[in-house]
Amino acid sequence: MSVFDGLKFRKVSSPIHNLDPRIKFIYVIAIFISAILFSQILPLAILFLMQLPFVFLAGVQKQWVKSLRGAAFLATFIFVINIVTKFFYNNWTIQFSDIEIALSMTMRFVVLVESFSVFFLTTSPDYLGLALEQSRMPYEFAFAFTTAVRFVPVLAEEAQTIMDAQKARGLELEKGNLLKRIRNYIPILVPLIVSAIRRSLELAEAMESRAWGAVKKRTNLYLLKLHKGDYILISITAIILITTLYLRFFVTIPSITYYINLISNFFS
Amino acid sequence: MITIDNVHYSYASNIEALKGVSLTINDGDFIAIMGQNGAGKTTFIKHFNGLLKPTSGTVHVNGIETTKTSVATLAKNVGFVFQNPDNQLFSETVEDEIAFALKNFKYDKKTIEEQVTWALDFFSLTQYRKTSPFLLSGGERKRVALASVLAWNPDALVLDEPTIGQDHEQKEKLRQFIIQLHAKKKTVIMVTHDVEFVAECNPRVILMRDGKIIADGIAKNILTNPTLLEESSIVLPQIAQIFTKLYPLGLPTDIIDITEAETILLAANAKKQEQLT
Ligand SMILES: Nc1ncnc2c1ncn2[C@@H]1O[C@H](COP(=O)(O)OP(=O)(O)OP(=O)(O)O)[C@@H](O)[C@H]1O
Ligand SMILES: [Mg+2]
Repeated sequence: MSVFDGLKFRKVSSPIHNLDPRIKFIYVIAIFISAILFSQILPLAILFLMQLPFVFLAGVQKQWVKSLRGAAFLATFIFVINIVTKFFYNNWTIQFSDIEIALSMTMRFVVLVESFSVFFLTTSPDYLGLALEQSRMPYEFAFAFTTAVRFVPVLAEEAQTIMDAQKARGLELEKGNLLKRIRNYIPILVPLIVSAIRRSLELAEAMESRAWGAVKKRTNLYLLKLHKGDYILISITAIILITTLYLRFFVTIPSITYYINLISNFFS
Repeated sequence: MITIDNVHYSYASNIEALKGVSLTINDGDFIAIMGQNGAGKTTFIKHFNGLLKPTSGTVHVNGIETTKTSVATLAKNVGFVFQNPDNQLFSETVEDEIAFALKNFKYDKKTIEEQVTWALDFFSLTQYRKTSPFLLSGGERKRVALASVLAWNPDALVLDEPTIGQDHEQKEKLRQFIIQLHAKKKTVIMVTHDVEFVAECNPRVILMRDGKIIADGIAKNILTNPTLLEESSIVLPQIAQIFTKLYPLGLPTDIIDITEAETILLAANAKKQEQLT
């Protein structure tokens, strides 16, 4: 369940943890948009490297590496699928530029995972809920969202227990052909879903019996206010967005293949 | 036979849940593991079928080290019933649920049919044969979980809190069943907080605290030792409490069995009558 470890929030104080979640979210969205707009390896690699100062400032290197390791499987999958489709399309030949495109697609995915992981690792679910509320979202939705986020690690733990219980009844997950292996997961998924539903019903009952929603207008003990760091981050975000748009629409970004061709031409 | 040698176990979050536990469980033993919440009981018993592998130390089941084989292989010998039945129920009918493990172990159709019928009958579940397990009550779901493990008749049975949510009749049935298993020389290991249930079953009792075994002996000795029990947040069984209070009368204090208590009290009474006349 290492993928979930990479998203689990731990309460510590760092310049990044103390940032306003709304601004952080806008920043993540800006990175997201940039990653989608670029399809060349160079700018994507730069986007990847740009997150590193955040990771180190927040001191979440370990968990961050975990989340990347968790994403490694999907990343490999994306790479292989890209290569294979190109390979079939171009009549069983492969060119260096194809590898570069496959690499870029993989890099794009890694950048997305990376930025979201930093966001969730450094933002407490409580502040996230507060941010949603202060963005005028109805409290019910804000609550549902924070609860969902909060229950991810709980579900991961539960999935582990269920796997144990079924293994103890002789279930072998890693046995059989692909279809059989997928079917092996039914005994894990059904109890997981059922208990999630049961849990949500019980939670609703428990909340209602403690007078949830009795007061229509809620006030908060803590209020989010923007600080110096938040203004710096919003400036950085604006710069990233402007640069991205400029580079994307007014500059032709050279690919590595282009340089390789250039160099080989030079020597020949 | 299960041999546990100096086992340490830490969860990923660096909590050391077991701090050097050694124990030998012989075939046919009947053991109750007790101790306060978080003592490490569940962590400990999960080592018996290889669900957890020791961080250091070794666990051998019938001479095979648990790190060298799969849980599915060990499971055939060591049946394990979890604390919460909702962690395993997934089939459309109670019948399918009970047959699940038997199919995994590749029993033939006839045996599966026989064993399922037997287990349904034994746990008074026959009327629910075709019902979805999700529609049953908490206690009934727990029984389905028990039936689904007992159906393959493992040599050793590990039960985590088997009496939770069971009414008196079902508890008594469970006790009878455990005694039957014991008589058939099967190994039974149960984790429980139900001190009266343990007193009635009269097993070998192991007390755990903070990831260590702090006592190991027959029920009669352990369950009548107030200092030891207090350390593990356990109260004395009611009969033992009465006999502790009756100590000034010169009666023994290490009594947990109701028939034995009756005999002693009747004898004491007779003696008194004799003295009076
Ligand atoms: N999956 C887990 N991850 C991290 N720590 C755990 C995990 N499971 C248990 N622990 C910790 O290990 C210790 C022992 O837990 P364990 O479940 O073995 O206790 P127990 O004796 O079975 O308690 P109970 O009587 O409440 O069932 C506890 O401190 C618990 O917090
Ligand atoms: Mg437990």
